Amino acid sequence: MTRTSTLKKILARLKPYTPWLLLTVVAAVVSVAGQLMAPFFVGRAIDGILGKDNVDFAYLYRQFVILGICIASAAAGQFILSLSNNRVAYHVLASLRRDAFRKIGSLPLKYIDNRAYGEISGVLVIMFVMRWEVALVVLLVTPLSLFAAKFIASRTYKMFREQAEARAKQTAFADEMIAGLKVVKAYTHEEANEEIFSDLNENLRKKSLSALFLSSTTNPVTRFVNSVVYALVALVGALLAISTAGTAAPFTAGNLTTFLSYSNQYTKPFNEISEVIAEFQNALACAARVFALIDEEEQSSDEELPALGKAAGNVKVEDVSFSYSKERRLIEHMNFEAGAGKRIAIVGPTGCGKTTLINLLMRFYDVDDGAIYVDGTDIRTVSRKSLRENFGMVLQETWLKTATVRENLCMGDPSASEEEMIAAARAAHAHGFILRLPQGYDTVLGEEGSLSEGQKQLLCIARVMLCHPTMLILDEATSNIDTRTERLVQDAFAKLMEGKTSFVVAHRLSTIENADLILVMKDGNIIERGTHGELLAHGGFYRSLYEAQFDRT
Amino acid sequence: MKHFLSSLKTYKKEAVLAPLFKLFEACMELVVPLVVAHIVDVGIAGADRTHIVCGVLLLVAFGAAGLAFALTAQYFAAKAAVGTSASLRSRLFSKLQSLSYEDIDTVGTARMVTLMTSDVNQVQAGLNLTLRLFLRSPIIVFGAAVMAFFVDVYAGLVFLALIPLLTIVIALVMAATAPLYRKVQEKVDGVQLSVRENLQGVRIIRAFCREEEELEIFDSRNQALRAAQKKAGRVSAVTNPLTFAFVNVAVILLVLVGGMRVNAGNLGQGDVIALYNYVSIILVELVKLANYVFTVAKALSSGRRISAVLDMEGEPSRYLPPEEEKGEEAISFEHVTFTYRDGGAPALTDIDFSVKRGETVGILGGTGSGKSTLVHLIPRFYRAGTGTVRVNGANVDALESDKLRRTVAVVPQKTLIFQGTIRSNLLWGNEGASEEDLRAAVGIAQAEDVVGAKGGLDGEIAQEGKNLSGGQRQRLSIARALVRHPEILILDDSSSALDYATDARLRAALGKLGCTTFIVSQRTASVRHADKIVVLEEGRIAGIGTHAELLKNCPLYREIDASQGGQA
Repeated sequence: MTRTSTLKKILARLKPYTPWLLLTVVAAVVSVAGQLMAPFFVGRAIDGILGKDNVDFAYLYRQFVILGICIASAAAGQFILSLSNNRVAYHVLASLRRDAFRKIGSLPLKYIDNRAYGEISGVLVIMFVMRWEVALVVLLVTPLSLFAAKFIASRTYKMFREQAEARAKQTAFADEMIAGLKVVKAYTHEEANEEIFSDLNENLRKKSLSALFLSSTTNPVTRFVNSVVYALVALVGALLAISTAGTAAPFTAGNLTTFLSYSNQYTKPFNEISEVIAEFQNALACAARVFALIDEEEQSSDEELPALGKAAGNVKVEDVSFSYSKERRLIEHMNFEAGAGKRIAIVGPTGCGKTTLINLLMRFYDVDDGAIYVDGTDIRTVSRKSLRENFGMVLQETWLKTATVRENLCMGDPSASEEEMIAAARAAHAHGFILRLPQGYDTVLGEEGSLSEGQKQLLCIARVMLCHPTMLILDEATSNIDTRTERLVQDAFAKLMEGKTSFVVAHRLSTIENADLILVMKDGNIIERGTHGELLAHGGFYRSLYEAQFDRT
Repeated sequence: MKHFLSSLKTYKKEAVLAPLFKLFEACMELVVPLVVAHIVDVGIAGADRTHIVCGVLLLVAFGAAGLAFALTAQYFAAKAAVGTSASLRSRLFSKLQSLSYEDIDTVGTARMVTLMTSDVNQVQAGLNLTLRLFLRSPIIVFGAAVMAFFVDVYAGLVFLALIPLLTIVIALVMAATAPLYRKVQEKVDGVQLSVRENLQGVRIIRAFCREEEELEIFDSRNQALRAAQKKAGRVSAVTNPLTFAFVNVAVILLVLVGGMRVNAGNLGQGDVIALYNYVSIILVELVKLANYVFTVAKALSSGRRISAVLDMEGEPSRYLPPEEEKGEEAISFEHVTFTYRDGGAPALTDIDFSVKRGETVGILGGTGSGKSTLVHLIPRFYRAGTGTVRVNGANVDALESDKLRRTVAVVPQKTLIFQGTIRSNLLWGNEGASEEDLRAAVGIAQAEDVVGAKGGLDGEIAQEGKNLSGGQRQRLSIARALVRHPEILILDDSSSALDYATDARLRAALGKLGCTTFIVSQRTASVRHADKIVVLEEGRIAGIGTHAELLKNCPLYREIDASQGGQA
């Protein structure tokens, strides 16, 4: 995205705040005028102080009154400027954040899957640190100062890049070792680590020192330039004062004071200009990234589409082809049918397309070719929400919100009663350990969490149990639970699955022996299908998988 | 604060020299109005051009001297700031490494990383600013006041009134904004949490059709942030106009007093100009100061967070006076009960059993039954609450942690392999291990194919071992433990990603080593050949014995075995 188009987008967002922006400009003009006028009237006042018994007090008081007005208007202008600036900046930022966040809710999963989470959240984080008021001020600054700032910035750029590299290396090491702190201690590797760390640290220290020092030379250098300018003004002014003394328009000592004061004020902005420019460029770059996210194409709207309603659960996959990228074909011409209430097991080695099939059933992705029907309705002709409400899903990676156990369990059905919730937790064998948590159902689960992987999984199962969906998707849901608990959970699931169409993905063949239909997948295709008995008798790929699992020595 | 100071101590010289040179620079700046006053009162009044030129040259000379002083000061400030933060970082890293497992759990990985990176950087920025600018401002302000007294005592009194007033204003603003900005930071954290969660849980949120609700939650957090920002902004918005007004009212007073003094013949016009210049200097400094207040406040709160961790006690090498190792029991648990910090119910209750040297012990139980906790007590990762854990007859609390952990090697459940090479990872086990040692360990761990696949022991390993599969990581981490030649080897569910055949070969190879071995597992198949199996249920021992014995008299074991398709 070009800089101009980013700027245009920012301006478009600022448009509703035109009255506030106008107020900002007026306040800025008033404030700057007041600040500039003040030295002028101080100069005039000083001209009224000529010498012993030669001070015109009446004249002085007149100047003081005007000066007072200048001061009051400058201060008021400054105050209003800050307030209206804040208002515009914080409102625009909040609306940008909201739009960016809403985008996360409506982007195709393809976009999110292809990007590191850090990249997306980074965009949002940076928005908090950039200062729009600064950017607004800079818009008013002359191109000359832009040039000066660029010159300064380019010199320090290399130093800062080296510092960033050194810092990245050290952070990577610290991150890895902190994540593995328990292993470090188990292997008494603390001292060896400290040696590596102190090398990295020393390197960073050196790089930081050069970057920091070089960047901090700008201020004194510009200050020196200022003082030379100041001296020149003093020289010219003083000489002028002597040569014009006694003429009709003398250059007075008061005039000189005013000039010197101005020269101080005018050069002051240059001291801060490099900071401001850097901030502005940074802000523009960030804004470009934010807009890139906001402008990302959304998944097709489905608000006008009818709702699916409560489905019976007949699923038909007809001639479906799909791939994540054009270069690599994945699923091709897949066909199968799952009658209402049937249990379909999907097995096969890693990367065979099992997870992809789930993505298609839930419409996280749309098929490239063919169609998927639920109760005879093409799922692309109904709203995603109504389709997903008919599915209950337990994924391989357990995900729980930073919220209470209760809120997590009731996620699918916030209106569930206490009794229903506890019944679901009991059914998933989660009730016992939930009660042992410090605050029971009101325990807030942390981001890292103190729950074991198995316990998290039980919570995820309970969460689905509470929803009573018509169709179930279980993606290796039980692989982290010990076999004994797994058996109990399976009993509960068996009850839950009664009358529901379910798709079970698992590596453990023992969990799918009771399936009505087993689909054996390899490289995106169904290579075998049938019941456990049939497939064993068939003696193909399934049988070899089965035997590898139970081959005990 | 005390940690901060002790880190700064190494750079005492720089930390003193930086403000000192700033002081020199400030002096150079403070002389300027006097020179200008001289130009006006002597040069202009006497129409003395030579005097004027000399005065101007003096101004340039002071400017140049100021530049030299400033550069020196900047260098020392940068050196002190960078050095102090490097030292803080390094102390922090040592401290984190010295924490006990319980403290590691309490502090949490995310917070540790934040401390090491953004908090330390914040402190560095704050310190640099303080040495360079924060100290400069008061020096200039007070210097200007002192100079004003030199010019005229009466006018100096105006300064004397102005400075405390301004100090109070700035202090009030600082006191008012600090908590407001802290609140802003909290709200920012809330918004970020929403974003992170929604990205990570995108599938679940969509599956449960919760997009709208999540948006509502985000909206309320977003609005709270905006409100907090506006509130903090309002207070800050008062600062600059208020300072400006104060200073300019002082200007009026000054010109008035100056006028009266000149009228009485006690002062020259140029002196009034000088006084005015001093007030201007103060104004410029104060405006700058107000802008830096926030950075310094942020640095202070980061400093407090760092201090809180540095204040934590590291794990001592041992808790009790040394004890003699004796007896033939490698490990014994004597009525051990253990509760995690903030853990509610005990994770282990009344564990009591012992293991002879060379025995293989299976620890079996369901998720959360306390298996890992039990083995973590042996190398004293966690300390038993009541009861005693003994290694070679000595209380583990009385053994030096280094020595204890060299005796006991643990292969953790969560396998972690680090960036580097296969060799560098294996050497964690024992720095001095020979090539043969490494090869032998790799052989026993059934990891020859892993080494082969990576092109030998010097094959590259990516960060967190991401270029290895789960099973490969498990076997390398077993090899790493074997390189230590431990007396006691603990495999904490470390073969879960291995297929049955490899698992069996591994167990057979380990059996030949003759070290005391603990095998933690959920599968009866992994422990059935052990000399002794400890069955755990909800932190209590549900049965101890051999496979055959347990099948006979432990119903839980029988149930687990049956559920895994075992044939009694």
